[in-house]
Amino acid sequence: MARMSDNTLCCVQSLHPPALATHNIGLPDSSTASKLHLPPRLNAIILAARLTPARWASATQVAAVSGFMHRQGKTPMPTLTINGRSLSVDAANDTPLLWAIREQLQMTGTKFGCGAGLCGACTVHVNGEAVRSCQTMVGDVTGKKITTIEGLSAKGDHPLQKAWIAEQVPQCGYCQSGQIMQAASLLAKNPNPTKEEVVAHMDGNLCRCMTYSRIQKAIMRAASEMRTASATSSERRPT
Amino acid sequence: MNKHVKNVTAEATDLSRRSFLVGTAATGLVLGYAGVPGIYPAAAAAPANFEPSVWYAISPDGLVTVTCGKADMGQHIASTMAQIVCEELGAKWSDMRVALASNDPKFNDPVLGAQITGGSWSTMMNFDAMSRAGAAGRIALTEGAAAAMGVPASELVVRDSVIVHPKSRKQMSFADVVKSGKATKIFTPDELKAIKLKTPDQYTMIGVSVPQLDIPSKTNGTAKYGIDVMLPGMVYGAVVTPPVRFGATVKSVDDSAAKKVPGFIKAVTLDDKTGTTSGWVVAVASTYANAKKAAQALKVAYDNGPNAKLSSQSLLDEAMRLQKLEDSGQFFVKDGDPVAAFGSAAKVLEAEYTTSINIHAPLEPMNATAEFKGDILHIYSGNQFATRSGAIAAGAAGIDPKFVVMHQMWLGGGFGRRLDADMMIPAVQAAKAVGKPVKVIYTRENDMTMDFSRPLTYQKVKAGVDGDGKLIAISHDVVSAWPTARWGIPDLLTPSVDKKGPLDSFTVNGADFFYTVPNHYVRAIKNELAHNATPSGQLRSVAPGWTFWAVESMIDEIAAATGKDPAQFRISLLDGAGKNDGGAQRLRNTLLAAMGLSGYGTKQLPKGEGMGVACVSSQERATASWTACVAHVAVAPSGAVTVKKLTVATDVGTQVHPDNIRAQVEGAALWGLSLAMYEKATLKDGGIEQTNFDSYTPLRMSQTPEVAVAVIANGEKATGVGEPAVTVVAPAIGNAIFNACGARVRALPITAEAVKASMKA
Repeated sequence: MARMSDNTLCCVQSLHPPALATHNIGLPDSSTASKLHLPPRLNAIILAARLTPARWASATQVAAVSGFMHRQGKTPMPTLTINGRSLSVDAANDTPLLWAIREQLQMTGTKFGCGAGLCGACTVHVNGEAVRSCQTMVGDVTGKKITTIEGLSAKGDHPLQKAWIAEQVPQCGYCQSGQIMQAASLLAKNPNPTKEEVVAHMDGNLCRCMTYSRIQKAIMRAASEMRTASATSSERRPT
Repeated sequence: MNKHVKNVTAEATDLSRRSFLVGTAATGLVLGYAGVPGIYPAAAAAPANFEPSVWYAISPDGLVTVTCGKADMGQHIASTMAQIVCEELGAKWSDMRVALASNDPKFNDPVLGAQITGGSWSTMMNFDAMSRAGAAGRIALTEGAAAAMGVPASELVVRDSVIVHPKSRKQMSFADVVKSGKATKIFTPDELKAIKLKTPDQYTMIGVSVPQLDIPSKTNGTAKYGIDVMLPGMVYGAVVTPPVRFGATVKSVDDSAAKKVPGFIKAVTLDDKTGTTSGWVVAVASTYANAKKAAQALKVAYDNGPNAKLSSQSLLDEAMRLQKLEDSGQFFVKDGDPVAAFGSAAKVLEAEYTTSINIHAPLEPMNATAEFKGDILHIYSGNQFATRSGAIAAGAAGIDPKFVVMHQMWLGGGFGRRLDADMMIPAVQAAKAVGKPVKVIYTRENDMTMDFSRPLTYQKVKAGVDGDGKLIAISHDVVSAWPTARWGIPDLLTPSVDKKGPLDSFTVNGADFFYTVPNHYVRAIKNELAHNATPSGQLRSVAPGWTFWAVESMIDEIAAATGKDPAQFRISLLDGAGKNDGGAQRLRNTLLAAMGLSGYGTKQLPKGEGMGVACVSSQERATASWTACVAHVAVAPSGAVTVKKLTVATDVGTQVHPDNIRAQVEGAALWGLSLAMYEKATLKDGGIEQTNFDSYTPLRMSQTPEVAVAVIANGEKATGVGEPAVTVVAPAIGNAIFNACGARVRALPITAEAVKASMKA
């Protein structure tokens, strides 16, 4: 290709809006979405992540609570217990937890990907369970223990984080906070997962760079390291 | 003059005419090309005035920070640039750091003359300049150390950031030399050119899989992407986009309901003179959640414009109509006379190949933050084309581009999407309207329906075989929207061989293959209807992503029609005759490597399973990475295809970072699989129908097969690895399906229905 010269800029500046015809007056059509069918198992995984019991509760309770608050003219600031600290957030109860974490608390490690519980980029832990923070409302998690990527370990040295570096997993890295949080909830319950269990647990987390095989390897590496560490510590334990 | 205001001339970007300066600044040692051509001895002598274009700097504590002018979207290019500097500089890898460059022209690509990241060009085009920058630094530091130690520079040895005089056992660290202030030197362009760089056998860094410098920050949430930018006093914008992809205008905006949303500030209707967006409104509010609520509450009435009745089918119909016209399009390749050859051929094959609209969907939705500060417009966004995007932002603000400063961020995926600058327009105009910094974030729905997508393509290929089964002619018509023509930059277009004006080679690259075919036509035909209705963009691998789908499927069809093994048939066509000498042989060898690694032709496969091959010279003929794939598939009687394994071999010449190459090739191959099997967007009533990851469905972990990668590093020049493997996978899968069950598929993505239908036929 040719080397670009300063006419690059001239051309850009001289762009004009294309002529737009003024016929075909119409109103916006909101029914443009067409749903392709996902594999049934995948659908189940995505739905499981979106519709946790907590999510169901939030949908009804928050609406009721915030309606009540509005009627009373009161807007107390909700307090979140997050990464071991109690922090009040200037957000309505029906604000997605994702945005309270990112904007009010300025913890930006938790990412926005789809806003619909379909990609897993916003995964955090609520009472140890991986949830999609874009589908979890602030009013639903007050009083619960929230953990984000910033709080997963004190120094970024959770066995999964170390394994992620050892396997050089991230490419763009944008989904990886969510991937690590999703994986951490698996290893907390199942220290020795099979490959199939890893895939089933992780399938709701998209990686657009397609680092899936390295994610799998890193989870297996971390699991092995955690088992070794726990075996070593139990051996050392005085009997 | 404001120091941000830049001298934007072609001259300033031509490194071959600029001196290389090493000098002392308040922050330590700074190294880079002079800001303007010519020699300025006074600059180095007077540190206070010393402002070279800093390519890298060494601080008094010895840390070396390399500034990367390339967008880093996961290809770890910043780390790679540091690695190239590190090799010649002689620094310790743990001392290396990276920073992302602003849009200052001094960071322009030394070959391209602009700040643009794409085409898998970065390593190949920056290798020499970064190597020389590193070597110049080593020479200056060594001479400084020699002066400080009182020994001849020629007796010094540099390793791991330390300069040693073995005879006297004296040594100085880089940090010591920087603190001494003695490392000041100017290299004239000729001196810089004369520096003897290391030969590959002397490398200690190039070819080593050092830990990528950006990865730790991407495991603990600290890497900052565009979406993470927080400015004091910043407010948020959510965009309301019309139901059609392009061509709508806003008739009226009713914000009465939005006004009831807490924190709502204003609804801003875009006045986009750059022609990038049409019919957009931004709802500005104190938080993003409120901005989204306000956006939902806005009642916008549109004129949906001229494209409101178009669908994928109407774009395809138009493509077929254009292809049938004898005088449409321009010629990209015109060798011999295929038309005459078809007349004398013993056998003529004809086939149509299509690909659907595809959406980039990087996981970080498009976003930008704009802030007016004095007379400078600051843009914070992860972007692949700062040179153009800065001008678009300026156009949106109504100011000269020299007043725009772009702050580069890590990109949460690029894949070509962030070559465009649409996200900056709502941020700029909202910031101007409300007098505050504004961060605009697209919803996933905005991001998908307003993507500069990979265009719908229609290709017709005709092939002629003589009585001996020899391929004597191919004519290949490619009809699509023209993604690069949309930018309006003549330098990016290619003259047509029939002198009918420039064509967009980013729609036909790859069709100029390395097979020896004496009569060969390739015609690029612009689908104006699609071009206007679905403004298209560069999606990872661009044209070779569709041209090789057609070429490599047709080569297989010819092999089948003439009773030849498809791999052996390709080898016979890669004879290296004439203009194909060199490239053809490398491609043949790469194909053989993939065949060997996959066990092609050595295994008896179960019924319903098959292997298919494809080999490509992506991205462009002049910058090819030779890549071959063997796909192993199983086809069920229902037509459902399971890809069991992909084996990819690629000849990259020289590998800077072997592990990164494997990561890129594997990611690219899985992109190829995703596009071949799982990703399809459709146009209906002028709008993209898919809005989120429930209806547009990239590959997930459970769909990921084993990918075996063989990297061939034979000492030739380093070539790109981010894209070529995307292009080789779809045809390999299609050919494997044919091998497994005799079904020939010619449309992407491949569906079970299409396979089943072809099985019956």
